[in-house]
Amino acid sequence: MIKDPQARIIHKESWRDYYLFSLESPRIAHQAHPGQFIMVRVTSEPYPLLRRPLSIHSKDGNHIEIFFQITGLGTSQLSKKATDDTLDILGPLGKGFNIIPDLEGKEVVLVGGGRGIAPLYFLAHQLRSLKSSVKIFYGGKTLEDLPLKEKLETNGFETYCSSDDGSFGFKGLVSELLKAELERLAPACIFACGPEPMMRKIAEIARTKNIRAEFSLESVMGCGFGACWGCVKRIRKGDEEEWLKVCEEGPVFSGEEIIWQEEEK
Amino acid sequence: MTDLSVDLGFLKLKNPVLAASGTFGYGLEFEPYIDLNKLGGFIVKGLYYSPREGNPPPRLVETSSGLLNAIGLPGIGVKRFSEEILPQLRKYNTALIVNVCGEREDEYASVVDYLNKEEGISAFELNISCPNVERDGLCPALNPESAYSVVKLVKKTSSRPLITKLSPNVTDIVEIALSAQEAGTDAISLVNTFLAMSIDVETRKPKLANILGGLSGPAIKPIVLRMVYQVVRQVQVPVIGIGGILSGQDALEFLIAGAKAVEVGTANFIDPESTVKIIEEIEAFCQKNGIDKIEEVIGTLKA
Repeated sequence: MIKDPQARIIHKESWRDYYLFSLESPRIAHQAHPGQFIMVRVTSEPYPLLRRPLSIHSKDGNHIEIFFQITGLGTSQLSKKATDDTLDILGPLGKGFNIIPDLEGKEVVLVGGGRGIAPLYFLAHQLRSLKSSVKIFYGGKTLEDLPLKEKLETNGFETYCSSDDGSFGFKGLVSELLKAELERLAPACIFACGPEPMMRKIAEIARTKNIRAEFSLESVMGCGFGACWGCVKRIRKGDEEEWLKVCEEGPVFSGEEIIWQEEEK
Repeated sequence: MTDLSVDLGFLKLKNPVLAASGTFGYGLEFEPYIDLNKLGGFIVKGLYYSPREGNPPPRLVETSSGLLNAIGLPGIGVKRFSEEILPQLRKYNTALIVNVCGEREDEYASVVDYLNKEEGISAFELNISCPNVERDGLCPALNPESAYSVVKLVKKTSSRPLITKLSPNVTDIVEIALSAQEAGTDAISLVNTFLAMSIDVETRKPKLANILGGLSGPAIKPIVLRMVYQVVRQVQVPVIGIGGILSGQDALEFLIAGAKAVEVGTANFIDPESTVKIIEEIEAFCQKNGIDKIEEVIGTLKA
């Protein structure tokens, strides 16, 4: 947990409303683990007031990447930053994915919906270094919501794409594509990030097939480091249910732990 | 070197900057970012006697230069606080203030009674003003009789000085401040959050699950400053100002208006180093203006 007030943007790419920044932040990069996030201050002015939580998309030496979509004023202002601008960031925060040693050499499936692909790219690299066989499922509304598909392929990841309108890859939801492919694949674990309805469907599929699954949840956050209690989700711990902080206890939770919104009374 | 210490009468602070309850966790969350010894003090998250869950999400909405929250005071209760948190906080050489909550008057007294025996607590801050616990923001700080009654009871129970944190959601803040003083409070902190709401126009639903929440941040600062200005002219006990302080300049406005100290709240979320930076900015202001003691600044409004 480090504050870096001077993380320099060394590279920037964009596609429609999706952005990729590479940041020079040695101390945060050295500690970063897949599934962790940073809190980014988008302005020094009092509006927008709060930092924005963004997943760490990759790390390489002294650099980390963030991949985000414009979803409001904060990310809109962030998108206007240019190469050589510096960002005030806190990180790495949260617990990240459980990359247990028994995934070594096993088949592992990652499922990203839209901007939910962000933390999975970092995870994919880590799993590959464990010699896991990584299959990435990547879904979006249209072709334009799959801006990272070339990057995934160039990096040699076996990628299965879907689009709701059929403009690229399988026509339909990424959860449907996953369900069809699981007739053939037998992953030791599924890691997913994306819209909650997508993750809920994947949790259901994983439960039916008895496959371990972990999900990275998105939440509005006040601070990102456990002080405000603002980002809670309903989580099952044994026989108990609690509102747990996504920033501190998550953002990654297992499929059995998460009580999805539609299940709530 | 400027002398930044301020004397509340019942408690001497090494500087006038306290971290506000509800924005500073149990203090430990800030250890990676700042040296807690540098603070005038910090006020831990509101404690009820028993553990509490808090409200369902969404609990937070950002508004123009403000933050709307309906957290609902989740917490670990006095027993776990005493056993797990307090031993980790005693090493700090700064004022540790515990924010005390209750669903009924006797619960406030039970919290204080339980914590009386614990070492290392400098004072209690009585939270009679959280808008997110009962429906429509009801709380004892909304009328002078209920404020008087709970302050009186807790003061009788407490072995430590008592700071009473008031609500801004009243017609006449001075009237409530006077009743808290009459009931025996040692100081008054002004203010808790402003009852407020926000609506999603697409779904036509409130943005907070709780419908109503409490507004904090720079948006409220001028209103709180006005309240501090009004209250310090009428009460004898020290007043602590709380509301949208982001900088040393903001803190100085409150001190000039007559607050003996300030609490920094929402700023802790934006930058966990805020409290320390504000202390440095106050010191720089004093040095630039040839002020030897910060107490020389308090209540010096030229009006």
